[in-house]
Amino acid sequence: MADTVVGATPDPHASGDDPSRRDFIHIAAGAAAVGAAGALIWPLVDQMNPAGDTLALASIEFDLGKVEPGQQVVVKWRGKPLFVRNRTPEQIAAAVKDDNASDLRDPATDESRHKPGKAQWLVLVGTCTHLGCVPTVGGGDYGGWFCPCHGSHYDTSGRIRKGPAPKNLLVPDYAFLSDTKIKVG
Amino acid sequence: MSGHSTYEPTTGIERWLDTRLPIVRFAHDTALSFPTPKNLNYWYTFGGILALMLGIQLVTGIVLAMHYVPHVDYAFASVERIMRDVNCGWLIRYMHANGASMFFLAVYIHMIRGLYYGSYKAPREVLWILGCLIYLAMMATAFIGYVLPWGQMSFHGAVVITNLFGALPIIGTPITTWLWGGFAVDNPTLNRFFSLHYLLPFVIAGLVILHIWALHVPGNNNPTGVNVKSENDTVPFHPYYTVKDGFAIGVFLLLYASFVFYNPNVLGHADNYIPANPLVTPAHIVPEWYFLPFYAILRAVPDKLGGVLLMFGAIATLFVLPWLDTSKVRSMRYRPTARLYLFIFVLAALVLGYCGGQLPDDPVIGAPSGLMLLDADINSMVWLSRVATLYYFAYFLIILPVLGLTETPLPVPESISEPVLSHPATTPVGAAASPEKRG
Ligand code: HEM
Ligand code: FES
Repeated sequence: MADTVVGATPDPHASGDDPSRRDFIHIAAGAAAVGAAGALIWPLVDQMNPAGDTLALASIEFDLGKVEPGQQVVVKWRGKPLFVRNRTPEQIAAAVKDDNASDLRDPATDESRHKPGKAQWLVLVGTCTHLGCVPTVGGGDYGGWFCPCHGSHYDTSGRIRKGPAPKNLLVPDYAFLSDTKIKVG
Repeated sequence: MSGHSTYEPTTGIERWLDTRLPIVRFAHDTALSFPTPKNLNYWYTFGGILALMLGIQLVTGIVLAMHYVPHVDYAFASVERIMRDVNCGWLIRYMHANGASMFFLAVYIHMIRGLYYGSYKAPREVLWILGCLIYLAMMATAFIGYVLPWGQMSFHGAVVITNLFGALPIIGTPITTWLWGGFAVDNPTLNRFFSLHYLLPFVIAGLVILHIWALHVPGNNNPTGVNVKSENDTVPFHPYYTVKDGFAIGVFLLLYASFVFYNPNVLGHADNYIPANPLVTPAHIVPEWYFLPFYAILRAVPDKLGGVLLMFGAIATLFVLPWLDTSKVRSMRYRPTARLYLFIFVLAALVLGYCGGQLPDDPVIGAPSGLMLLDADINSMVWLSRVATLYYFAYFLIILPVLGLTETPLPVPESISEPVLSHPATTPVGAAASPEKRG
């Protein structure tokens, strides 16, 4: 069809005598189309990422006074469970004793998993690092948590000790506002 | 679609339409006069059954969508309302929920039929691959659909399956966040799942059209696996196979109806009648029965990424099967050794399905225990799954490639008609009219 445009030349075969010009038009048009399609696809993909209001999900404050020693309270934070556990001295001792245990898959000291001087308070994101189930408190071979889905055992510091999960239970960003109040997120 | 058309427009309006949009001709050539091997047995009726099930899922699904509310605060209640208050809602929902199960039952039989008669081999590779794509899309659709009622199994199943992608290095976390539309499975997730659950069945319908197109180019395979040699080997699709498929559909619907009317929840899980609670995971989470074999493969591997890769690998292997089987003989009727290995394969798949429904550390047989190997007792579901998983892959990756080169197949008949015509003594009277009895 392009031939008819260039058809102004009397000899139709002569129309192809400048192929590089035509190639350029083809490539330029093709590239523009690909670029445009790409520019359109990105918004279509990106719209599935967390929306502004989801990202703006407020941080929460939590009053530790509600948690008795040895107990755990589960609160919802960003759609996920948050474990707030008030550990007994024995549970802390058990965790510290295992700081250098050889079966720590994701080595971390107990010290690094709580705020300085607040060894009693363990704040963790309550999703199993395997496939995201909620582990049950007090279960498993190490007295920390046990995940019923595929059998992951966590110790009293929330460290993975046995089972398919690769990582320790996550410690979220949080800070003590006062002795009895924390702010998470 | 292939060959010449035998359609003769009889009325004036048909002739008028035929020169403008030959749609009646197309339907006639595709569904009525299409030359079909005359020896197809009942294993070949599952294609028609599958088409019907897709139709039922589409109709019941669109009706459910008129009453269902895709929001975390209302989804569970809206499904309960469908069950209690919407006129005939219970029927529509039970048809849809059990319809998914029947759909998978039919597709598994359909696929094993293909494995047995070598229907994946040249020139039907594209047909087979399209079938695998349909299966993949069905799995995505059913998984997403199961999330919609927003019960405990819905929610935690969605958590576990979407977290599978989190196993991928680097891109894992961005992908799960992207899938969820947030930091956890939540309202944005449910909303998009509903949108996709509506969309995917139509994608499946499109794939089915391609599948049938690819079928009608080389024509049907058949239980002998021998190519159609002449018109003597075929009969027109109608009335021979419309009636045979119709009968099979009737029997299949009886089974379907017995679930819908007498035991509508037996294939489901009671925990899904508890509203989703992100803070508590049910003690024993299991997927729907049709995913159990893959779930068992996932859990057979002690490593998270390894398990995910192996599970997807189990499906990916199906796609390359046409190039793994080196045998020139299609039908396993004439490959006794391969047939034996295929039976073991089906058994392994069933064992995997069984293991997938049990707890990994459960013993397989009562008494002996305490013999540890690697991370688990030998007498455990995990180890049984490992053995079966190994066989699953060995069948495709080792047995089929090697066997095709080493085995001696039985003599293959010259044509589809030959075995019938040359053994009158072994053939009951009327066998030619019902060759399926020889299957
Ligand atoms: C390939 C075809 C389809 C399959 C395999 C399929 C599968 C499923 C499954 C397994 C469920 C969960 C049932 C339950 O336990 O309650 C479900 C629910 C649902 N599906 Fe589908 N579906 C299909 C097509 C469709 C279509 C075309 C629609 C139309 C929008 C649809 C709409 C729904 C709705 C609204 C629900 C939620 C109500 C309920 O849970 O009963 N489905 N689907
Ligand atoms: S999700 Fe916890 S062990 Fe798999």
